[in-house]
Amino acid sequence: MLEIRNLSVRLGRRTVLEDVTLGARPGELLAICGANGAGKSTLLKAVLDEVPAQGTIRLNGHQVGQNRPEALAPQRAVLPQDTDVAFSFTLAEVVGMGREAGDFAAQPEVDRLALAAVGLQGREHDDFRTLSGGERQRGHLARALAQVWEPVGPQGPRWLMLDEPVASLDLGHQLKVMQLARSFADAGGGVVAIMHDLNLSAMFADRMALLIDGRLAAIGSPAEVMTGPLLERAYGCTVALDRVPASGPWLLPQNCGGHLD
Amino acid sequence: MLSLTGPFAADRRPSRATVSLVLTLFVLAASLLSLTSGAAGLGLTDLLAAPFGKGLSARDRVVLYDIRLPRLALGLAVGAALAVCGALLQGLFRNPLADPGIVGVSAGAGLGAVVAIVLGGLLPIGIAGLVGPSLVSLAAGFGGWIATLILYRIATSGRRTDVALMLLAGIALSALAGAATGMLTYIADDRQLRDLTFWSMGSLAGATWTKLAVTLPLIGLALAVAPRLARGLNALALGEAQAAHMGVDVQRVKRLAVLCAAVGTGAAVAVSGGIGFVGLVVPHLLRQAQGPDHRRLIPHAALLGAGLLVLADVVSRTIVAPAELPIGILTALFGAPVFLWMLLHNSLLRGR
Repeated sequence: MLEIRNLSVRLGRRTVLEDVTLGARPGELLAICGANGAGKSTLLKAVLDEVPAQGTIRLNGHQVGQNRPEALAPQRAVLPQDTDVAFSFTLAEVVGMGREAGDFAAQPEVDRLALAAVGLQGREHDDFRTLSGGERQRGHLARALAQVWEPVGPQGPRWLMLDEPVASLDLGHQLKVMQLARSFADAGGGVVAIMHDLNLSAMFADRMALLIDGRLAAIGSPAEVMTGPLLERAYGCTVALDRVPASGPWLLPQNCGGHLD
Repeated sequence: MLSLTGPFAADRRPSRATVSLVLTLFVLAASLLSLTSGAAGLGLTDLLAAPFGKGLSARDRVVLYDIRLPRLALGLAVGAALAVCGALLQGLFRNPLADPGIVGVSAGAGLGAVVAIVLGGLLPIGIAGLVGPSLVSLAAGFGGWIATLILYRIATSGRRTDVALMLLAGIALSALAGAATGMLTYIADDRQLRDLTFWSMGSLAGATWTKLAVTLPLIGLALAVAPRLARGLNALALGEAQAAHMGVDVQRVKRLAVLCAAVGTGAAVAVSGGIGFVGLVVPHLLRQAQGPDHRRLIPHAALLGAGLLVLADVVSRTIVAPAELPIGILTALFGAPVFLWMLLHNSLLRGR
């Protein structure tokens, strides 16, 4: 269980997050949505104890920041937005670093399985820096997967924190990565994903949380959150909404009023 | 269908055991060469005829045990220390061009040595008699240590050390130490000028067991701690945030790496003066040959650094025998072109 209570974050004089309370359950994929600057990334950073925050954040019952890093690593893995790698580490070495941080240090075959899961099998000896942007992102996802390879461990459910997991991926790999996240949750793990793509969020997430100006504007099923007035308030544009019977709501952006704000 | 279990297909790079074996043989060969070459004419055949010096003349035993052996030990220790500290700092700064010069150790140690050489005569006779000929070494080690501590303090706020800030502050502090060094050089007399020029060119000639008794434990400490930082440095290659997500206590790794580098380089520079390029070239060469994994890089850097410096020392005392070429000249003479070659080779391979 991930519990966030009355979370506020101030960076300098600016209040980035104000009194946010929400929870994520194991077995569920929670998508965090909102416009640029709404506080999505800061929320993730607070959960990872990277920014000073007020309020309570507990992961599997432990207050975040109280656990030693090496005790926390087997319980939750993080997919960053694109991050550069110094020196010529191979893809296999990068994935191995994730695996060795978790409970699977003695199972090198996990590297291969994780790479196959993201469609990078056969590339294990490539220099990580020579990969394309989308391949690097999938490589980091394989590293995160290898760190929490089994969604439920001896200390409870494991967690995947994904910061824009599909940002630089093509259509096919977007679906593939979301399916991976979905099956991690279906197997009992918890997934928290920062998402820009509302249609993909609606397709794969159990619940969506919508942040507007640092406040939690709505949290609930995609059908509850994907409503015209809420989305217009969040993103400043009007949308046409419809439903696909099998996968829930979808939207087509219409008009952003000719200006960005 | 691909097999999804079992290990990966063989890597193109040589295995860890192969590299370890080759480097160990290299160090042994260099050591043997170092013990059997020199102005005193005690050669390989003499040594083989008299294992452990039994049956050698008293003079030859002195040459072996009190001149060549301490010099070999110092060469091994200093070479290993410089190379390992280079690898540590490059890993910490995530930059293959980092070397002990960057954290101000070299500049601080240089200033310390110059202060001792130029102003050492002003010390009260009692203290001068106490530290005697070790004064320059002690001052150099002290200077390097102080410079590192100042830098670490500047770059640390709260419980976080800003690595980029440390790099920039290192440049400023080095310039400051350089100015002070220049001022002292300006007031130095001719003999002092000669002393400090030679110090800055580096030498293993001063090796005695007494000096080693201080140097070896310090370098040994740094070499013992360094391998324990390997996994943390690997993770740091992905950035500090990612390293923390993978369970690395990033601040602890940074603190230990800086302390290790200061102790190791400080001790090495104190006894041997300015020996450049070992810390830069050795880790780079190994990364090209075997990949960047610090779990191999650090122990192998110790071996290659030790072997190369001992070899350079052999050349330095035979090339212009019976005189001796300062070893720092040699390491720069060979190290700089090798480094350039590696840079070009590397960029040609990558097509840019």
